[in-house]
Amino acid sequence: MSTPALKEWPLWEVFVRSKQGLEHKHCGSLHASDSEHALQMARDVYTRRQEGVSIWVVPSASISASEPNDKPEFFDPASDKVYRHPTFYVIPDEVGHM
Amino acid sequence: MYTQSFSVPDGTEPSQSAGLKAVPKALSAQDAALQAQFDARIDADGRIEPREWMPEAYRKTLVRQISQHAHSEIVGMLPEGNWISRAPSLKRKAILIAKVQDEGGHGLYLYSAAETLGTSRDQMLDALHTGKAKYSSIFNYPTLNWADVGVVGWLVDGAAIMNQVPLCRCSYGPYARAMVRVCKEESFHQRQGYEALLVMMQGTEEQKAMVQDAVNRWWWKCLAMFGPPDADSPNSAQGMRWGIKRISNDDLRQKFVDATVPQAKVLGVTLPDPDLKWNDERQAHDYGQIDWDEFWATVNGDGPCNKERLGARVKAWNDGAWVRDAALAHARKQQTRQMKEAA
Repeated sequence: MSTPALKEWPLWEVFVRSKQGLEHKHCGSLHASDSEHALQMARDVYTRRQEGVSIWVVPSASISASEPNDKPEFFDPASDKVYRHPTFYVIPDEVGHM
Repeated sequence: MYTQSFSVPDGTEPSQSAGLKAVPKALSAQDAALQAQFDARIDADGRIEPREWMPEAYRKTLVRQISQHAHSEIVGMLPEGNWISRAPSLKRKAILIAKVQDEGGHGLYLYSAAETLGTSRDQMLDALHTGKAKYSSIFNYPTLNWADVGVVGWLVDGAAIMNQVPLCRCSYGPYARAMVRVCKEESFHQRQGYEALLVMMQGTEEQKAMVQDAVNRWWWKCLAMFGPPDADSPNSAQGMRWGIKRISNDDLRQKFVDATVPQAKVLGVTLPDPDLKWNDERQAHDYGQIDWDEFWATVNGDGPCNKERLGARVKAWNDGAWVRDAALAHARKQQTRQMKEAA
C-alpha cells in the first residue's frame, strides 16, 4: 500500500515552569504529531538539565497575537497615563514609606 | 555546538554580494518609512522580532546563516556519534551520548529560530539533503581515534563557543535566544573534551602521542572555522551593520589562539605552528598562514568525509520516513475518533 502524501508534523509552542511557585514561560517550539508526543519531545529538548517541573504545549496555530504593525496605536493608550504609577504622587518625607 | 562565523552562499543561490545591500531596489514611500524604522532600531541596538517588517536581504541572510548553523549541529552529531559504541568506559560513553544529544537539541533550537522567518523545516532539510545548503566544513574531517573525540570537544567546541557567544547579542531575537540556550550547554562540551585529554596525557607514551597527533591534525582546521580573513570577507561588513555579526573573523580567531595557547601548555601538547609566538607589541600571539585552498575545497564538497556525512543524513531521513508518517496517521486517527465520540 502506498503511503499517502503527508506533510510536516504540526508546530507546537512550549512553555516550561522552572520550579514550583513560578509561572510557565515560553521557551521555544518544536514539531510533533500530537500533544502527547509534543510533551515527550519538549521534555527531551527543553528539560535535559532539570530546567522544568511542568510543561505546557500549545499548537502554534492556536495562538492569536497582536499585529506588530499596530504596535504604536495598540499600546499608545497607556503611554500618557503617568498617574497610574506611584512615583507620580509627591508625598511629604515625614510620612515615610507608603 | 558549532558554527563558522561566516555564512557562505548555498549552492543554488547566486552570488550574495549583489543582494546584500539593505535597499535592493527603489522603495515605495511606505517601505522607505519601514526601512528607516528598522535602521533606527538597529542603530539603537534594539531587537527585531519575527512578524515585524525587515528588509528582504536581512531575512534571507538570517535564514541562510541560521539554517547552515542548524545543519552544522546535526551533521556534527555524526563524527562523535561514531564513537559512542567504542568509548573507553561507561562514564565516557554516558558523557558522549549526552553531548551528542545536546547537539541534536541545538539543531532543533536553531531550526525553530529559522522557521520564524517563514521557511519550513522540510524546506531546510531538503536543501541540506540535496546538497544545496552548506554546513560547517569541520565535520568533513574524520575522527580517527578516541583522542580525536577529546580534541573535537576541546578545540572544535572551543572555537564554536568563541563564535557563538557574540551571537547571543544578535539583532534577531529568536536567533539570539536560541544562542543563549546553546551557549549555556556548550561549556560542558569543551570541558569534557579537555578533561578526557588530560586523562590520556597521564597515560602511556603511546596515549600521549595519540593526543599530540590528534591536535596536529585538528589545529589548523579549527583556525579555519572562523572563516576567511576580514580582508576577504566582503559580506562581513553588512552582517556587522545589521547586528547579526558582532566581532570580525580575524578578531575571533585571535581570541581563540590567545585562549588556547595556555590550555595547550597545561595539557602538555604543542600546537603545530612554528610561527606561533607571543608578540609583546600587539599583546597577542602571532600565528602562521592558514591553507585557504584546502578550506574552500572542503567547503565545496571535496573534503575527506563530505559524501559520507551527507549520505548518513539522507539515509537517516529516508529510513525514518515511515515513523514520521505513522505518527501523523495515528494522530489523525485519534482525532477522528474523538470527533466521532463527541458527535
